[in-house]
Amino acid sequence: MSYLLSATCAVPAVGAVVTAALPAGTGEARRRTTKAVALAVSVATLGLAAAVAASFEPGGARYQLTESYSWIRSFGIDFALGADGIGTALVLLTAVLVPLVMLAGWHDADPAAAEGSFESKRRTQGFFALILAVEAMVLVSFLATDVFVFYVFFEAMLIPMYFLIGGFGDRAGGPDAARQRSYAAVKFLLYNLLGGLVMLAAVIGLYVVAADQGQATFGLPALTDAISSGKLVIDPTAQRALFLGFFFAFAVKAPMWPLHTWLPNAMGESTAGTAVLITAVVDKVGTFAMLRFCLGLFPDASKTFAPAILVLSLIGIVYGALVAIGQKDIKRLVAYASISHFGFIIMGIFAMTSQGQSGATLYMVNHGISTAAWMLVAGFLISRRGSRLIADYGGVQKVAPVLAGTFLIGGLATLSLPGLAPFVSEFLVLVGTFTRYPVIGVIATFGIVLAALYALMLYQRTMTGPVKESVTGMPDLKARELAVVAPLVALTLLLGVYPQPLTRMVNPAVDDTLSQVHRTDPAPVHPVAANGGEQK
Amino acid sequence: MSPIHALAAAGGNSPSIPAPHVEYGQLSPMLVVFGAALVGILAEAFLPRRLRAATQLGISLAGLVGGFVAVVVLAAQGHATTRAGLLAMGSVAIDGPALFLQGVILLTAVLAVLTYAEGRLEPRINGHRIDAFAAQAAAVPGGEQERTATREGLRTTEIYPLTLFAVGGMLLFPASNDLLTMFVALEVLSLPLYLMCALARRRRLLSQEAAVKYFLLGAFASAFFLFGTALLYGYAGTVRLGEIADVVAGTAPVTPALAVTTQNDALLLIGLAMLAVGLLFKVGAVPFHSWTPDVYQGAPTPVSGFMAAATKTAAFGAMLRLFYVAFPGLRWDWRPVMWGVAILTMVVGSILAVTQQDVKRLLAYSSVAHAGFILTGLIATDRRGVAAVLFYLLAYSFVTLGAFAVVTLVRDSKGEATHLSNWAGLGRRSPLLAAVFALFLLAFAGIPLTSGFTGKFAVFQAAAGGGATPLVIVGVLSSAIAAFFYIRVIVLMFFSDPQPAGPAVAVPSALTATTIAFGVLVTLGLGLLPQYFLDLASKASLFIR
Repeated sequence: MSYLLSATCAVPAVGAVVTAALPAGTGEARRRTTKAVALAVSVATLGLAAAVAASFEPGGARYQLTESYSWIRSFGIDFALGADGIGTALVLLTAVLVPLVMLAGWHDADPAAAEGSFESKRRTQGFFALILAVEAMVLVSFLATDVFVFYVFFEAMLIPMYFLIGGFGDRAGGPDAARQRSYAAVKFLLYNLLGGLVMLAAVIGLYVVAADQGQATFGLPALTDAISSGKLVIDPTAQRALFLGFFFAFAVKAPMWPLHTWLPNAMGESTAGTAVLITAVVDKVGTFAMLRFCLGLFPDASKTFAPAILVLSLIGIVYGALVAIGQKDIKRLVAYASISHFGFIIMGIFAMTSQGQSGATLYMVNHGISTAAWMLVAGFLISRRGSRLIADYGGVQKVAPVLAGTFLIGGLATLSLPGLAPFVSEFLVLVGTFTRYPVIGVIATFGIVLAALYALMLYQRTMTGPVKESVTGMPDLKARELAVVAPLVALTLLLGVYPQPLTRMVNPAVDDTLSQVHRTDPAPVHPVAANGGEQK
Repeated sequence: MSPIHALAAAGGNSPSIPAPHVEYGQLSPMLVVFGAALVGILAEAFLPRRLRAATQLGISLAGLVGGFVAVVVLAAQGHATTRAGLLAMGSVAIDGPALFLQGVILLTAVLAVLTYAEGRLEPRINGHRIDAFAAQAAAVPGGEQERTATREGLRTTEIYPLTLFAVGGMLLFPASNDLLTMFVALEVLSLPLYLMCALARRRRLLSQEAAVKYFLLGAFASAFFLFGTALLYGYAGTVRLGEIADVVAGTAPVTPALAVTTQNDALLLIGLAMLAVGLLFKVGAVPFHSWTPDVYQGAPTPVSGFMAAATKTAAFGAMLRLFYVAFPGLRWDWRPVMWGVAILTMVVGSILAVTQQDVKRLLAYSSVAHAGFILTGLIATDRRGVAAVLFYLLAYSFVTLGAFAVVTLVRDSKGEATHLSNWAGLGRRSPLLAAVFALFLLAFAGIPLTSGFTGKFAVFQAAAGGGATPLVIVGVLSSAIAAFFYIRVIVLMFFSDPQPAGPAVAVPSALTATTIAFGVLVTLGLGLLPQYFLDLASKASLFIR
């Protein structure tokens, strides 16, 4: 048994505790030590995640590097971890993004003079410890092969996330920023907690049904094997109810229209780094879990509900894009754009074709990288002017060309420009959907057009045109900020032209998932191939 | 045969009353505690005033810890499992659930007594340390006598023997195997509690009002219980729980003297309903919950914590025994009713808590909601259900004690600042205390990795396994509502601006600190590594009859 996976999860967890316990103080030196420790921990985690990816064999077993420790025997719960292609890809994404988020938010937790004497002295420690705690819990969620363990961390990550949203804002809010922020934090928590509790009922239900048939376990491989081999038969009504319980939680987390309304608040009010953490990392747990748990555990119900879910995701694609076009606030615009993208991801998953699902998995990774680039640059822009309103900017490309250039790349990646990473995944999702549901595939294509609108209009309004008075003298990106953006831009380009390493890793897991739901790709309709012989 | 049964049958012909055989060893937890209570009364009568507080604390701790050791020894000797048995001629049962709950009650009481003795929170008067209890309970609030007593720094040290008597009753309550013993235990635990509620040093009128309300309603509930007992005796000709079950099942011979009433189902059902009312009142289930917020708010906070934790544990223990030992054959009759009660309790407790503006009232309504969650485990009617309820009570007791102990620390010049607006910004002034309270609230809300989640999972799982899936769904939905008000307090503590003249957090002595630390430890321990205690509860889940 290898300890690589548990080490990958344990390092940030221990790091969070250590960071939180570092000596308090408002001095610059103390703060710098804290940040350095936290950053070092996240880089170490990245190293471990890279080791996981390196030792993962794409052609091997579905779950590799597995570990299992007895946790709560009374309920048949093991602390079981295992990496499959999809999980490994997302583990890598998380491990890459967290150090960058920390660097981007380097000064977000410095106490501002204006915030008064009641300010806690442990603010910096708290901020970085919370980020590490979120990372640890997300990593466990991606690697857990026990339904209960997944549930526990899926739910527990809400707490550090909640304090990150509520406790640390970008100082661009209005006079009632604190109230807005705590509203956003509570909304985030209540939506997700409700989703999680509904899932809890379904988790218990699943266990009861499984225990009745002699499968008293929460182990995912055991359950999926039992289901696909017919040893565990969940009757259709129960299966639909359980599926809905799980799916509701994931749809809130993802978030899918119409359960999305917490996302713009949460992303708008928190720091840019936290917003990236929400949309690029935490929300991915939702879509990841649809793929792994909904399809694997409830194959028949998944097929039953797939058309309805496709319609909802289609609405999400168009609605998110339309609302994004109308936004006045940069960060809320990015949030609505993400809702549109989550629509694509969910569509790819429930189209139930191999292209659609590998596309969806790539989409999770690519959306994470491109949105991180876009959002973090937007955060740098906002921190310079102290405003989130699009109308307060104009002509930035003349004073800060590098900032404007990277912002453009982020925007172009979001609208899936060919050559950049998201194009590959969006194309795969659309093709995968089209082969089974042509009408939905065609309508979804309009999402791309709308994406071009919101992304380019944002660039045009903020970066081009005459230089606004408020923008004059705006400094360009600093070395720290460049260090954040450069890897993201590089990854966007690299995965845009050479996605093979990722697809090789992901495809076997996708095929396995499809075989669990007993779905094969529709036979291609090829007029040329059909009468090819006659032409000769 | 049961003595009452025998007397009724013999009609007074028996030549002599046989001396009952009493197993002192197995009753030792209760005997030790009652003994300590008597010693406490003697100390109260004969010791000089300045020595009393410390001595009483020592006696109480010795009694409670001694009782706990006795429980552990009994459990180690197998009295919870293989050697479980009926004692004192069948009127007391020492078995797994009884010993488990006695252990929980004794530990809770130890920690509660520590918070009683806290003397650092109130400012000293003339050099005398004072505590949370009235200077002189008999003095009229606001009168000259009260002022004198306060000036002299008097303390109501009677609280310690009163607590010990209450604990003794609580130990007997879940262990009593006949309805009369159960009634006696109910009274022994209730009467001291009524008094203890009236003993607050500050806001004495509120405290006395709480005591009167609790007393009147409690007396009513006791009367229901007693009436139910009488009706059941009429039905079954016995008050032994196991024998009632036999009569219900139709396997027991009919007593000739009671042939007219025996097997009259009206007596049985009405009697059962009345017993249930008496017990549901004690656990604070809707619709018998209305005393809870007033009493929890008015009582001295350490007493509120003790009541919320220990009384609930004892009453649920008695309820489990009653339903599982005496009325398993009637479960098709009582389960639907208990379904309704559980749903009402969860929903009403959660919804009313949302509107509360006072921390103690909020905790009171939250305890109502938790009673509902525990009831879902009781309804499972199997061993898993019993184990789940036992574990839940263990988890819940320590969170509750810890939460009330934290409440005692947030103070302004008028004493405890329990209004929620006073708690705004507490997280910025005292991050540690606010973090601890937040942990307790998260445990109440049932967030994973805390004891509250494990407990909730256990009862819901037992309920779902017992075919009560709708209850589980109502349970998770009311958990979501409940989460709203717990989170509201967290928001207030961490994200709101502090009031300029807000309360300060008093620095407690090691006594209260121990209670809080223990609460934190148990909350995290039962959340992260619950296996040992789940095993313990599971092993202890078999009732003897």
